Amino acid sequence: MRIQVKLFAAAREIVGQGEVAIELKEGSTVGDLMEGIFSRYPGLKGMAGSLVFAVNRELAERGVGLQDGDEVGVIPPVSGGTDV
Amino acid sequence: MYEITEKPLSVEGVVSAITRKTCGAVASFVGVVREFSRGRQISYLEYEAYPEMAIAKMRQIEGEIREKWEIEQIAIHHRVGRLGIGEVSVVIAVSAAHRQPALEACTYAIERLKQIVPIWKKEVSPDGSFWVGMGS
Repeated sequence: MRIQVKLFAAAREIVGQGEVAIELKEGSTVGDLMEGIFSRYPGLKGMAGSLVFAVNRELAERGVGLQDGDEVGVIPPVSGGTDV
Repeated sequence: MYEITEKPLSVEGVVSAITRKTCGAVASFVGVVREFSRGRQISYLEYEAYPEMAIAKMRQIEGEIREKWEIEQIAIHHRVGRLGIGEVSVVIAVSAAHRQPALEACTYAIERLKQIVPIWKKEVSPDGSFWVGMGS
């Protein structure tokens, strides 16, 4: 299945674009998507602990299941700054 | 009455859009770009939003407010893109029959906006640039 990933602020700058598509196996979760994103964009690992994820515009934990066509937002820190 | 726009914001426009004959009070909050942030001189700010989610979260804030206070209307307009010192970044206006709910709801709205609405700013100063999170 194909997940549309939207990136913002520091995360967008690290990846170099605001939107990417990630292919995942059926039954994948937010956690699987995170692993996929971090292996494709290792630069994001440095801020991994501070990122949160939104599935179809609602914040979602790692265990949440994904469906083909879902939109996942990569949301950088809620507070504090990230040096870029 | 939510908007995320690259165009300059009009405080009067937002206030008049939510004013009703039944309202005795309109409270407003205007966020402005400050020259100094945490000891650093700011050249300009760049605001970025996740617009669809930001609007959804603004609606959520309205729902929370309507559970707590009797208000008439609320509007939240946020600007994105490059903003210079003194420019208006956000306008929140709340109308109500009486001043107390208008004032309290307006305060609540800006606090919640900073907690849950996905809008970020990059502070650009002569010695570098920093992304600042939603809560700052």
